[in-house]
Order: sequence, then structure tokens, then C-alpha cells
Amino acid sequence: MANTTIIPFGPQHPVLPEPIHLDLELDDERVVQALPSIGYVHRGLELLAERHDFVEMAQVAERICGICSFIHGQGYCQGIERLMGLEVPPRAVYLRTAWAEMSRIQSHLLWLGLSADAFGFESLFQHSWRIREMLVDIIEETTGGRVIFGSCKVGGIRKDVDAETLQRVNRRMREIEAAFDEVANIFRADRTVKQRTVGVGVMSAEDAYALGAVGPVLRASGFASDTRQLGYAAYGELEWEPVVEQAGDCYARCEVRLREISQSIDLIRQCLANMPEGEIEVTFKGKRPKGETMVRLEQPRGEVCYYMSANGQKNLERFRVRTPTFANIAPLVHMLKGCDLADVPVIVLTIDPCVSCTER
Amino acid sequence: MSFLKKSPWILHYAATSCNGCDIELLACLTPLYDVERFGIVNTGNPKHADIFLVTGSVNEESRKVVENLYAQMPDPKAVVAIGACALSGGIFRDAYNVYGGIDQVIPVDVYVPGCAARPESIIDGIVQALAILEERARDRKRQRKVVAS
Repeated sequence: MANTTIIPFGPQHPVLPEPIHLDLELDDERVVQALPSIGYVHRGLELLAERHDFVEMAQVAERICGICSFIHGQGYCQGIERLMGLEVPPRAVYLRTAWAEMSRIQSHLLWLGLSADAFGFESLFQHSWRIREMLVDIIEETTGGRVIFGSCKVGGIRKDVDAETLQRVNRRMREIEAAFDEVANIFRADRTVKQRTVGVGVMSAEDAYALGAVGPVLRASGFASDTRQLGYAAYGELEWEPVVEQAGDCYARCEVRLREISQSIDLIRQCLANMPEGEIEVTFKGKRPKGETMVRLEQPRGEVCYYMSANGQKNLERFRVRTPTFANIAPLVHMLKGCDLADVPVIVLTIDPCVSCTER
Repeated sequence: MSFLKKSPWILHYAATSCNGCDIELLACLTPLYDVERFGIVNTGNPKHADIFLVTGSVNEESRKVVENLYAQMPDPKAVVAIGACALSGGIFRDAYNVYGGIDQVIPVDVYVPGCAARPESIIDGIVQALAILEERARDRKRQRKVVAS
């Protein structure tokens, strides 16, 4: 083997808001091999399920990750509700769906900004975060939190949203859509963005499938796989189709996320238009979860699985989460082989790494 | 604090944080809050930084990284711990891999509470750290004069 150099990438790196470490083995400027090492954010969250009450644990589950926070809470609550045989009222289901889509939009906008920053487009970063703040305002108005919503609980939701607020949300969605379309056009048409992303980090559909990629990474390679197709929450009653791109490069992954933002805005509109009236929670006094179950949801980054096992005590016996970024690390290592050192930050960001999800 | 002699640069490290505080910290840099108007710039290099912002508590792996980054920063420097986890371990304090707050490994000057800490309180924390930084810079100058005379 020729002379190779090893360059450490992370754990503290300007493009990474979170710590992940990669050892990049370089031959001149080409990456021969990338070796990831993780563990910088591991807290041991799954064991907390055995110490906390199953109702309290919803709050801990939401803090698995601050970006996909709401969907983690939703997945945990869905699992417990299934174990206890609770039927959540339709209004709560629709509000949960709307919030899940809001959290998807804010996550994608956040990622859009960070990846623009990674290829040196600072003003695009600022613009996407400006739009994100408009959405965070809506989230704060309807749930009370900015990043950790805290609105999902076992049996339903914590607080109802009145009709006037929902109308205001609908109006503000139009403003957000107009502002987003402007930024999305820059992303799609700009020459420098294309130069940094087209043909970079290509992954074929076969590789993506074989390596177990999930979410936008899989859909950008031409696979129409979206866990929302299972029809959990209100997705079975709404009209939508998974977003698919064929190229499998960094640009396709950007495009999938851009189109998903527009799709989520549309889904929120559908939720608001079909919002049922009625109760927002069911009571379950004295009931305890029993048995085991598996829940699959679609997060902004892809499919997440929760395994729960309970034996009728107030604590769960076992709680296990398999997060999308964990599934996407193997495809990432595959994409990094043979790329330029300068492209590494762009490729790492296009899988939208969420390290605190991965390590819990 | 009427004016500053220096534009403070910040270094951010997420030690076992759940991302919530990190997002809010990044939100401080973006148009709505825009701390850059005070001359505050986010840098990736510890050797250029004046204020160290740490989110999340420490675990076995991140302890060494936090110590390293702190040691690489030039004097005078200030440390701001952001969020409930950085203060005491927060909701994860019972978890087996969490050692507790940042002050277990490095001296902390300002504590910013909240889960997740709001951008307003983070900015307030940075402004308080600025006053501490100014004072330390003055002290150093005084010491140098004593040595020189």
C-alpha cells in the first residue's frame, strides 16, 4: 500500500454541532477508508426506563434528541398505548400528526442551513434559519416549547389548541411557504451549490438497500420507502406520496428534503382542514402496560423503531430504540470511500447525522 | 458593561447534550437573535476562542475532550454551562454513563438554566461571561505591570 495519512475528523469540528469521530485514511487527497468511532454522547438512556415511571418516561423519551424530540415522544406514547389497549381520540391523533410534520419541517430547515454552512454558503444558512424561526414561533404558540414540545403524553395530548389559533397557524403556513419557496429556488438553481453536491457521494439503489439506509438517504437513491405508508397516526387518512429521487448523490438528498418540506406544509394544511372535534385524551387510571410491542415511525432522518416490554409494573422491563442515523452510518462509510477530503463535511451532513439519537 | 475592548469569540462543544440546547445556541447566531452584532463570532478553533460554551453533562468519553478543549484555549477565558444537563446532569442524572455537571471537570463561571435553555437566557449568560472576561483581562494587565516594575 502507498503512503497513507490518517486525518482525525471530529469529535469537535466546525461543521459538526455534535461530536462524532471519523479516522480518515488518506492517499494524497482521496479518502481510502473512513473509520467511525462513537460514544461521545452516550448517556445510557434506555436503562432509565427501568427507573422511571412509564408516564414520566415520555418526557425522557422526548429528550433522546432535541431535533426530532416530538416524534420520539409520539413513538413512545404510541407503544405504551398499544400495550394498554388505549384508543386515542381522533383530535389528539390529528394534532400529533400536525406537530410531527412541524417538527419535520423545522428539522429539515435546520439541516438545510447547516449543510449550506458546510459548503461555505453562509447567507443561505442564515436565511433557512430565519424561516425556521417563523415555524418555531408557531410551535411555541401551540405547544409552549421551542425545541422540546412536551405536548405528547400517554393517552393523548396535554393541551388543546383553540380554533382561532389553528386559523392563525393556517395563515402563517402561507407566509412560511412563500419564504421557503424563495430559499428553495436558490438551493435548486445556484451554480455553486450544484458544483459542491452534484455527483458527490453517489450511492446506488442496490448499495443503499443492502447497507440498510433509511429515510431521505434511501429515497434519494430511488427507493419509495417511507414508514408513514404504514398509516400510523392520521397518515392513513391523508393524501400524500413518498418523495423519491433517482440520482443518489448529495444533490438528490438535498432535493428530497426540499420537496419533503413542501409536502409537510401540505400535510399540516390537510390536518388543519380535517381537524375533528372532541376529547383530547383518554384516562387510564390504575391500568399498567403489559406485554411487548414494536413501534415504527418515520422521523425527519428516516425510520425509527421502538421496542418495549412490560410486565404490569409501573416501570418498563426493557426499552430499546433503533434510530435512523445509526442505520445510516454504514452507508456513510461506504459513500466516503474514494471521495475528496474537501467533500467529507458535505457528505457527512447529507445523511443529516443526529448523534445524540444514535448513541442515546 | 458600557463597551467592550475586544470582540469575544465563542467555542461550542456538545458533551452528551440532546441537541436541544445546541440548536438554541445556534439560533442565537441567526437573524432573529443575531449575537454577531455584539461582535460575538462562533469559531471552530479552541485556540481562537475566549468563551467556552458547553451543553450537556459529561460522560466517560467526553470528559477528556472537554478537558482538552479547555486546556487549548488561551487565557483569559470564561466557561458558560448551558442547560439543565450541564448544570447537574438534568433529567439524565440517574443514567449510568452521566457523571453530572460540567463543573466536575472544568471550572464554570456562568450557569444558564433551562431544558432546553432559551436563546434569551443563553445570550444573557454570554453577556455575563463577557464581564468576567474583561475583569480577568484587567487583572492580567495589572500583574504584568507589577512584574515589569
